[in-house]
Amino acid sequence: MSIYVNEKNKVVVQGATGHQGVFHIGEMKKFGTKVVAGVTPGKAGQDVQGVPIFNNVMDAVDETGANTTLILVPARFAKDAVFEALDAGIKTVVTITENIPFHDAMDFVHYAKYNNAILIGPNSPGIASPGKSKIGILPGSIFLEGEVGVASRSGTLTYEIVNSLKEKGIGQSTCVGLGGDPIIGTTFIDALDAFEKDKATKAVVLVGEIGGTAEEDAAEHIKEHITKPVFAFIAGRTAPPGKRMGHAGAIIARGKGTAESKIKAFEKADVKLAKFPTDIADLVEKYS
Amino acid sequence: MKLFEYRGKELFEKYGILVPNGRLVENKKDISGLSFPCVLKAQVPIGGRGKAGGIKSANDVKDAEKKLSQILGMDIKGFKVNKVLAEEKVDIKKELYLSITLDRTKRMSLIMASGQGGMDIESVPDELIFKEWINPLIGIQSFHLRGIISRLKLDKEDGKAVAQIISKIYNLFREYDCELVEINPLIISINKEVIALDSKFIINDDAMFRHADIIPEMVELTHLEKDAKEKGIAFIQLDGNIGVIANGAGLTMATLDALTHYKGNGGVFLDLGGTDDPEKVKQAFELMKKAKPKVIFLNLFGGITKCDTVAKGVKSVISKEGIDCPVITRIKGMNEDIAKDILKDAGLITATTLQDAAKRSSDIAGGR
Repeated sequence: MSIYVNEKNKVVVQGATGHQGVFHIGEMKKFGTKVVAGVTPGKAGQDVQGVPIFNNVMDAVDETGANTTLILVPARFAKDAVFEALDAGIKTVVTITENIPFHDAMDFVHYAKYNNAILIGPNSPGIASPGKSKIGILPGSIFLEGEVGVASRSGTLTYEIVNSLKEKGIGQSTCVGLGGDPIIGTTFIDALDAFEKDKATKAVVLVGEIGGTAEEDAAEHIKEHITKPVFAFIAGRTAPPGKRMGHAGAIIARGKGTAESKIKAFEKADVKLAKFPTDIADLVEKYS
Repeated sequence: MKLFEYRGKELFEKYGILVPNGRLVENKKDISGLSFPCVLKAQVPIGGRGKAGGIKSANDVKDAEKKLSQILGMDIKGFKVNKVLAEEKVDIKKELYLSITLDRTKRMSLIMASGQGGMDIESVPDELIFKEWINPLIGIQSFHLRGIISRLKLDKEDGKAVAQIISKIYNLFREYDCELVEINPLIISINKEVIALDSKFIINDDAMFRHADIIPEMVELTHLEKDAKEKGIAFIQLDGNIGVIANGAGLTMATLDALTHYKGNGGVFLDLGGTDDPEKVKQAFELMKKAKPKVIFLNLFGGITKCDTVAKGVKSVISKEGIDCPVITRIKGMNEDIAKDILKDAGLITATTLQDAAKRSSDIAGGR
């Protein structure tokens, strides 16, 4: 098993004909993902890597039975694209686009909830369940099928950690990039609950960073509701307050969101913490 | 983007929210015709200006001239005062606190109000701050307003007036893509008018494309940071002397943390992002050189980005333009072996692990 995505996801790519769209449709297909359609307004009838392009999501759903979307459209069109997908009945939305206005994200996060859809991101690298499906821009080469669930707020740092797991022969059930923005659809708590329920997942790795209180909230949740072992790494221990450290969400504001507070909260919840990203694999090997 | 107080107040006026009569003063000549007593307020992008002497009362023209000359040019926490907002004094009956922010956990707009206005909100006990969360799907409704007003214990007339203001500020918060609107204090005057005595605004940078009327004028970035922003490179100057170039914000932060573990100090955070474009790599190194670090630490993980393409870019910059400090590299991922050979060939130090590279960088920077 896995969480959120598996071989049943039939993916439409919104923003399919751009440079990123063309490249990642190919990469996803190589991974085994069922990419069934692309959407770019005005380009119906074309195809990208053998995938048919439609003018709108409704047509793509009608023709191909797509149930999942990958959002690659530019930031200023992203809200419209997500709304369109949800209204067309799509139930899993993976939002890669970065720099989406926060108020737009707030709007579509709640609209996704209202539609009982899963929304991952924005500013997410995507999600992969090795051996089943990969929806996003994560490199396919770093994964290995297995029993560790990974949820993370960053991209490359996650690749590094997942790759070091693979090098030790530790596989993953699902690896989900939650996104580096302050307003995101799927949180650590959501992912933890899903991993707790998932029979294939035996341990969970969380990759957090400064900004907000998602890690503190997760720590409280772990104490009460999570029985599987949890491991974590927090980036930004040395980040100064008031500066946005690359991700829109990575900012210590009004005393909130420090790495210190997150590390303390995780320690209290008996989460094993790594000093360096690559140490996570050693910890997982030792304790599970 | 933060707004100066006077810019924020212009937005308040646009939304029908009262502010004191006042004007922006940049030199002594601008004072003539002001009504007294008045308050002179330094326009700086940082809190605590009152304690720093940036807010003064004046009783007449002479007094105002004297105090203006004290405030103009003053340095408040590193910001030079070039503009002063001169406002007529208002007779206050009651001071309130009001703010709207984005709640990251609930992913809703959060209205906070308190009867303890005019104080630092951090020092107000939680039970005296009244909160309402607004789901964007329904927007602000009467019950939200009643919830706040009843707890503020205002009389009927004042309550109605304050509710109207909260509603207007919520609309402003949404329509201008704000991360924060704060009024401290929001006052009720003895004439029963509700007036915003202060304004704090942060507008979401990513939404600036739809707010052409907001002119960026607050200098919060260093010269190099500005330069980097124009080139689309995430570049932050820090206190230390080691320049970090990595790909991805999380990995760049983790690299800075690793340096601290070995008693090194990061001086630059430079996130290359998902690019291996030689032109971007070149620009990144040029920016980094201008920041004059003692050591450059290049930490790359190649997933989609191929390590060897980045390495080629690095080699070409260094061979063409030279570099006057040691460069420690740690490369992992797609085509890492080819990349290491290219970097060695360019005369750079190649380390095998993050720990090894962080230690060597820290030792060199610290003269060890």
